[in-house]
Amino acid sequence: MKNWLRQHRRSLTTTLARLARTPLASLLNISVVGVALALPLAFYVILTNLQSLAQDKAPTPQISVFLAMDAQASDAREIDNRLKKHAAIAKFRFIPRDQALAELKEKAGLSDVIASLGRNPLPNGFVIDARENTSAALEKLRDEFKAWPKVEHVQLDSTWARRLDATLQLGRLIVLVLAALLAFALVAVTFNTIRLQILTQRAEIEVAKLIGATNPFIRRPFLYYGAVLGLAGGITGWAIVWAGLWLLNDRLGSLTQLYGTSYALRHLSLPDAASLCAFAGALGWLGAWLSASRNLAEFDPE
Amino acid sequence: MISFNQVSKRYGGAGGYEALKSVALVINPGEMVCITGHSGAGKSTLLKLMCAIERPTSGSVLVNGQNIGTLPASAIPFVRRNFGLMFQDNKLLYDRNVFQNVMCPLDIIGFDAADAAKRVRAALDKVGLLGKEKALPVTLSGGEQQRLSIARAIVHRPSILLADEPTANLDAAYAVELGELLRSFHQVGVTVVIATHDEQLAARLQPRRIVLEQGRITT
Repeated sequence: MKNWLRQHRRSLTTTLARLARTPLASLLNISVVGVALALPLAFYVILTNLQSLAQDKAPTPQISVFLAMDAQASDAREIDNRLKKHAAIAKFRFIPRDQALAELKEKAGLSDVIASLGRNPLPNGFVIDARENTSAALEKLRDEFKAWPKVEHVQLDSTWARRLDATLQLGRLIVLVLAALLAFALVAVTFNTIRLQILTQRAEIEVAKLIGATNPFIRRPFLYYGAVLGLAGGITGWAIVWAGLWLLNDRLGSLTQLYGTSYALRHLSLPDAASLCAFAGALGWLGAWLSASRNLAEFDPE
Repeated sequence: MISFNQVSKRYGGAGGYEALKSVALVINPGEMVCITGHSGAGKSTLLKLMCAIERPTSGSVLVNGQNIGTLPASAIPFVRRNFGLMFQDNKLLYDRNVFQNVMCPLDIIGFDAADAAKRVRAALDKVGLLGKEKALPVTLSGGEQQRLSIARAIVHRPSILLADEPTANLDAAYAVELGELLRSFHQVGVTVVIATHDEQLAARLQPRRIVLEQGRITT
């Protein structure tokens, strides 16, 4: 066990020394991996920002039921009772017409306009959250409510949410395809880097094999190199995206200020960043493993 | 320790060149053996078969009871660790200094660093290179490079020392010195197998002689 640990520690130091010995080539390799990873990563970050923005602005689709203007308090109570008994409803809220008017005054700053109306133009209403948010379930509920007495109008605000959802799903697919392509590129880059290293270290590998080195022993520093390359590339990619967001946020801040709001793009979360680096490291390791297995086989005896 | 049973080795497929033809021989522990013959007689091939650098085309090569021909590739490194190998072209690592070159086999076996350093110094002392630990192999003379190669071959205390043309690039004085070194290992119980066409070396060491001629043993 102690021996095993020592060998791994030695492999790691050999690897880091190898990286340091050719700083320019190492930096270039790491940059290639970093840039390759930054592209899908940036897309992903923008997507998660859009998603959270959408969630802030549009919570779960709701059904609004507006009663007729001539509906009495008893009619409202009747609807209230029906809703309470309804199994498909998670929760609902009654909004009396007076409260609706007060809210409208407060929110939009339309108090002058409303005051000039003389009477309250708003009906009593219910805002309903369904248990199931599929469009089919919501539409079924809408049709049901429409048939209830003294219900003037039922509004379902799920259309734009559905459109947004479909768009986000498309975005997610694009991120996946991009990520898959660039993951492949990462494996290819490490494969080639390791192949070149094996070629330049032919003599060393040959001697090591002749004096009794096992394949895992010879492979190990290459695997470490691949993993370190991937990991450093992952960190670079993350740094690129972070710097990009920082620049964008700077601009975005002054832009949104002009519109009287403030909005900033969120950075990649720490767990996401950590899994990105781990993923990149694993891919580097995989590329190195493929390369080493292929290119070391020729040293075996005939 | 090492036994060849009707071993043939052919290079390049069925119609290829046959380097060894039905060779049978036994080398016992502690023996010193000289394999001589013209170049192309199969001396190097014989050594390569012993330490599993190559596998026999037919027949069996046994090393410490293990059949080299049928051993899986993953077991071969452990067979090699029984051997100390001296190659015709030395195969030193020219980007590493003397100390690191000798350290190589111990690294591979996985020795503790402090323990390994002691062994490396002992081996360098034995071949008279203790003062040149930090030197790079290119700065050494031919004789010194050969001695470095010996130090690397014996640092892990193998039970068998295989030397392929150890005196090929040495002048007479160095060759004598090297012969004495090989003899000293033999005297402490190491099995020494030397492939050489250097008659003087063979005459001085007075080992058991195996003469190869066109891939066959003649004596």
